[in-house]
Amino acid sequence: MVERRPWLTLLAHVTLAIGVLMVAFPIWVTFVASTHRPEDIMTAPIPLWPGTQLLANYSELLFSGLKNPSAGGVPLWRMMANSLVMALIIAIGKIVLSFMAAFAIVYFRFPFRMAAFWLIFMTLMLPVEVRIVPTFKVVADLGMLNSYAGLTVPLLASATATFLFRQFFLTVPDELAEAARMDGAGPLRFMKDILLPLSTTNIAALFVIMFTFGWNQYLWPLLMTTDRQYMTVVMGIQRMINVADTDPQWPMVMAAVILAMLPPVAIVVVLQKWFVKGLVETEK
Amino acid sequence: MEKRVVFRSAWLPYALLAPQLVITAVFFVWPASQALYQSVLLEDAFGLKSQFVWADNFTALFRNSDYVSSFGRTAVFSILVAGLAMGIALLLAVMADHVIRGATTYKTFLIWPYAVAPAVAGALWVFMFNPRIGIVAYAMHSFGYDWNHQIKGEDAFALITVAAVWKQISYNFVFFLAGLQAIPKSLLEAAAIDGAGPGKRFRSIVLPLISPTSFFLLVVNIVYAFFDTFGIVHATTSGGPAKATEILVYKVFNDGFIGLDLGSSAAQSVILMTIVILLTVVQFKYIERKVAY
Repeated sequence: MVERRPWLTLLAHVTLAIGVLMVAFPIWVTFVASTHRPEDIMTAPIPLWPGTQLLANYSELLFSGLKNPSAGGVPLWRMMANSLVMALIIAIGKIVLSFMAAFAIVYFRFPFRMAAFWLIFMTLMLPVEVRIVPTFKVVADLGMLNSYAGLTVPLLASATATFLFRQFFLTVPDELAEAARMDGAGPLRFMKDILLPLSTTNIAALFVIMFTFGWNQYLWPLLMTTDRQYMTVVMGIQRMINVADTDPQWPMVMAAVILAMLPPVAIVVVLQKWFVKGLVETEK
Repeated sequence: MEKRVVFRSAWLPYALLAPQLVITAVFFVWPASQALYQSVLLEDAFGLKSQFVWADNFTALFRNSDYVSSFGRTAVFSILVAGLAMGIALLLAVMADHVIRGATTYKTFLIWPYAVAPAVAGALWVFMFNPRIGIVAYAMHSFGYDWNHQIKGEDAFALITVAAVWKQISYNFVFFLAGLQAIPKSLLEAAAIDGAGPGKRFRSIVLPLISPTSFFLLVVNIVYAFFDTFGIVHATTSGGPAKATEILVYKVFNDGFIGLDLGSSAAQSVILMTIVILLTVVQFKYIERKVAY
């Protein structure tokens, strides 16, 4: 601190407290709503203190699902499991593929090296949103609709992760590769025994970012899945809200919202250090 | 920058690159080229015949008042989202940089909305603003404003803006705080000794020094408002009422996937692609400049 200004410090605390409240208030209202009976959430003002239905609502939602026709029948644990599988495959897959690609680009000289680099770079400029219909057609032609492969494989290419590994590999001292070569280690041995252990913090940082990215996918599973068995929790919520001719079952929908954000939020908060590192580094 | 020491192998680098390149080619480059190709074709109603029509799909788009107003709406939306999310985040980051006690606690409580999916953020706010039971709508009713985003276009537009801003504050906050903490304290101390108060120091030292961060965030926020907010719109308003929240990404999805108008959807894709490419180029220009400093 440069100088003592108690009023300024007080102002800072007040502003931050208001900020935290703004961020947290919707979550509190959501959580409270998820612990009440549907009848209690029918008329304004709705209660602002938790009710008694916490266990009843969550267990019904997790194990038998909603009763409305558009999202009904699928228990939420099934959707959560789909989201988890999708997020894990995407996070791990992106890290493995980018690690290998960056290793090839940094540690080898071969024809079309820069062409490969630019091809990977191009993916940055082509988000799913700008090529919806043709990408759907490719996946459909390959017979990958309604499968975990269709949900994940097309998202495994990652320019940001490849760049991050490339930048990091460039800072690894040349002496290490030299020493490894002199001791008779081949490139794969060097990659596995030296580069991989050196990259653990980068891998942890990327994992937090990519897991969140995978879990929060929305448009992609919306296009890829018509079979309810493959529905992910984030897209399931949309079906629960937009019900025809009737009110959504708010306590259940709000319980689903809480459950849908719990895993990525937990990862970001618990691994906060790596999350901040991952966020700042991948965007460089 | 290049490595001095390299390994030699005729096949290994290709094998290592193959998975990433195959996915890129099959799921990125090929579909994008298809979008380009289809944007100059006109298909008949049954999809049996198609005809080469040059730029007709594009000129038709810009003659279509729906598309032009969607373009304007998206522009207003991104400016609002970027401006509000960055302004609030900067304010909070400056305050968090100022306090010593409790700074980490505030940070933890401010960063986690980053992990909430846009569609889930939309669900949160659609409940808060529900005209009959929503707590915010209730408060507004008691102040005399008859909030109803299911009927009023401007209310629906405000709803998606609030949800999009709420989610993006945490991201901007992380970057602004990192930028502020990188400013050498000695600079601020020197200015304080010379008699510059907190306001003056902020204007003439802090603001110029975080301008690269701000510029970077501006681009990221515009990209976010253009593309990542699809989930918010789809889960809450579905573009309605009366297209009041139909932003460009939602329109591409709606025209191509629901309306099956392939030529027009492809042309819209190409326009969006151009916007992303421009933004990415601007971004990389900025990174080069930062390196030169």
